[in-house]
Amino acid sequence: MLEIKGLEVKLQEEDKQILKGVNLSIGAGEVHAIMGPNGSGKSTTSYVLSGKDGYEVTAGSVTLDGVDVLEMEPEERAAAGLFLAFQYPVEIPGVGNMTFLRTAVNAQRKARGEDEMSAGEFLKVVREKAKALKIDAEMLKRPVNVGFSGGEKKRNEILQMAMLEPKMCILDETDSGLDVDAMKLVAEGVNALRSEGRSFLVITHYQRLLDHIKPDVVHIMANGRIVKSGGPELALEVENNGYADILAEVA
Amino acid sequence: MALAKLKSDATQARLAGLTLPEGLDVARKDALSRVSAMGLPHKRDEYWKYTDPISLTQADPIAAAVFHSDDSPLFAGVDSVKIVFVDGVFDADASDDLSCAGVEIDRLVDVAAADIHWATDLYGTSEARGQVPVARPLAALNTAFATDGVVIRATGKAAKPISLVYLHADEASDVMLHCVVRVEAGAEVTLLETGPAAARFNSVLEVDVAEGGAFHHVRAQGRDHERRAVTHCFARIASNGLFKSFTLTANGTMTRNECILELLGDDVVAHVAGACVGDGDDFHHDDTIFITHDGLRGESRQVFKKVLRNGAVGVFQGKILVKAGAQKTDGYQISQSLLLDGDSQFLAKPELEIYADDVICSHGSTSGAIDEDALFYMQSRGVGRKAATDLLTLAFLAEALEEIDNPALADDLRDRLDSWLARRS
Ligand SMILES: Nc1ncnc2c1ncn2[C@@H]1O[C@H](COP(=O)(O)OP(=O)(O)O)[C@@H](O)[C@H]1O
Ligand SMILES: [Mg+2]
Repeated sequence: MLEIKGLEVKLQEEDKQILKGVNLSIGAGEVHAIMGPNGSGKSTTSYVLSGKDGYEVTAGSVTLDGVDVLEMEPEERAAAGLFLAFQYPVEIPGVGNMTFLRTAVNAQRKARGEDEMSAGEFLKVVREKAKALKIDAEMLKRPVNVGFSGGEKKRNEILQMAMLEPKMCILDETDSGLDVDAMKLVAEGVNALRSEGRSFLVITHYQRLLDHIKPDVVHIMANGRIVKSGGPELALEVENNGYADILAEVA
Repeated sequence: MALAKLKSDATQARLAGLTLPEGLDVARKDALSRVSAMGLPHKRDEYWKYTDPISLTQADPIAAAVFHSDDSPLFAGVDSVKIVFVDGVFDADASDDLSCAGVEIDRLVDVAAADIHWATDLYGTSEARGQVPVARPLAALNTAFATDGVVIRATGKAAKPISLVYLHADEASDVMLHCVVRVEAGAEVTLLETGPAAARFNSVLEVDVAEGGAFHHVRAQGRDHERRAVTHCFARIASNGLFKSFTLTANGTMTRNECILELLGDDVVAHVAGACVGDGDDFHHDDTIFITHDGLRGESRQVFKKVLRNGAVGVFQGKILVKAGAQKTDGYQISQSLLLDGDSQFLAKPELEIYADDVICSHGSTSGAIDEDALFYMQSRGVGRKAATDLLTLAFLAEALEEIDNPALADDLRDRLDSWLARRS
């Protein structure tokens, strides 16, 4: 599904290397987790995958189902099935949540040469999916993320993901700032989307989320590289001992 | 040359080509003497620091190509009393019958012959009052020389909006129209104005709202790229009165919209708002507002939003004056520009002058570019850069459009803005 090979990234404005050769291969239907200390390059990886400005890829490649995504505009990557649940979802004053969702769904459909969703059908689907995430009608009407609590923002990200039905979902610290109940809701939302054709890359600090979203593979990222990969037990090791042991071991 | 001499020469040159129309003689002569005394504005006048008035004051207008569009006219779906002027000339065939329940409508040219006292009494009155503390000579020029217009007296809740349609057919037309509105106690009326009116248009609207009356004004100023306009709206609002005015400006080489409001009674609500979109370095748009609070618990709101690209220039001068005794005034003013490139410019001069101690007044002015984070967020959801930019642009304008109470009118203007953006790459 997603192949990252030797990805090296620096900041466009500064001479600062952030990713120093990331390798990652995620098969269809798999769930991978990335853990790692603050500043290790996890968010940068997710941004570069989704096409944010300000980063320069100096080496390596990223393909989604064999197609080079680095050459694509962010909206083309989205239409190709890539989705990033932001660590910090952006507030958009003046644009209604519902309007935004429908615009996004239909823009992707159009880009893929599919028919647009009718207003009635859209409404029906949104209501159903919002209900499962405990997002009420009021929240759907409000401007995108404006005045949403941290937890509401994260649930809204999952709603977008559920509506857009991407094949490669990247979740950047979707669990941070969530209480136990909210985290369960989010995890249920994610698990409901798990399927053979859909893969996940879950970036997190904590083992907690991984109790709910069971990963197939866990990677540890440090200083712009994936330094260790393993099974779910690796997350437990981090939980119990922190990163120090692992980092010392690979140094 | 000294400014006084420059101005008096220019004024004489302008006046030389004009003759006072018949009727309303006293008001016209008074206004003419005001113009002569003040002189027409000059770019060295403080009040015209950001907008060079020369094309508005020179003797002959600069020609403006007539804009042709296949779009259906604005507010076509709104049942209204339609009154059409072509280059300032009343078009009887295109206009509706002027009768409407709850309101009396006449043309300005009929005021004298029909002996419409209230209109004779009001004509030029608010304009004359509005000359202090800042001179507005182009409004006095209009009172003196306006050739037509409408006078509207709302005696109850007007059954329909009154829709003034200003068509432009002659490349060299130079037009002055003057409208007077009297909203009697407890009455309510909506006035719509659409279209460019002329190559050069000078319009004055005087509004008098009696106790508990309500006046709604929604205007869209023609899409002709080369048109020029100076407009003045003078309003006096009595206790419990409501005044709401919204203007959409898309295109036009030169637009100066002045709005002068006096909140005379207690508990008055007065809102004036505008959205403008300009593309190109021959776009210059100026909103100049002066709001005087002279009653208790008055609420005034100014919301002005400008979208500027390719060297377009936007100006905002807005003042709130709170007189001694106008306690519990709530004055709000926001002027914002969205600069879609580095070439465009927004000049803002917000002013507060407050002589009462128990008031809340706030003002803010910002100038910014499209929020790149929001743009990326939207793109990452599959919305193309252009569509996302347009959505963010409309969102930026939304606060101004929200000032329109009638949702059908607001929707029409939103569609207009939507297509304006969609036509641009
Ligand atoms: N736009 C940026 N400007 C400056 N530094 C940046 C920028 N983006 C990332 N960095 C730096 O790159 C490193 C990795 O950041 P990030 O990817 O956010 O880490 P993580 O998500 O793993 O905490 C950090 O040192 C961070 O300060
Ligand atoms: Mg991060």
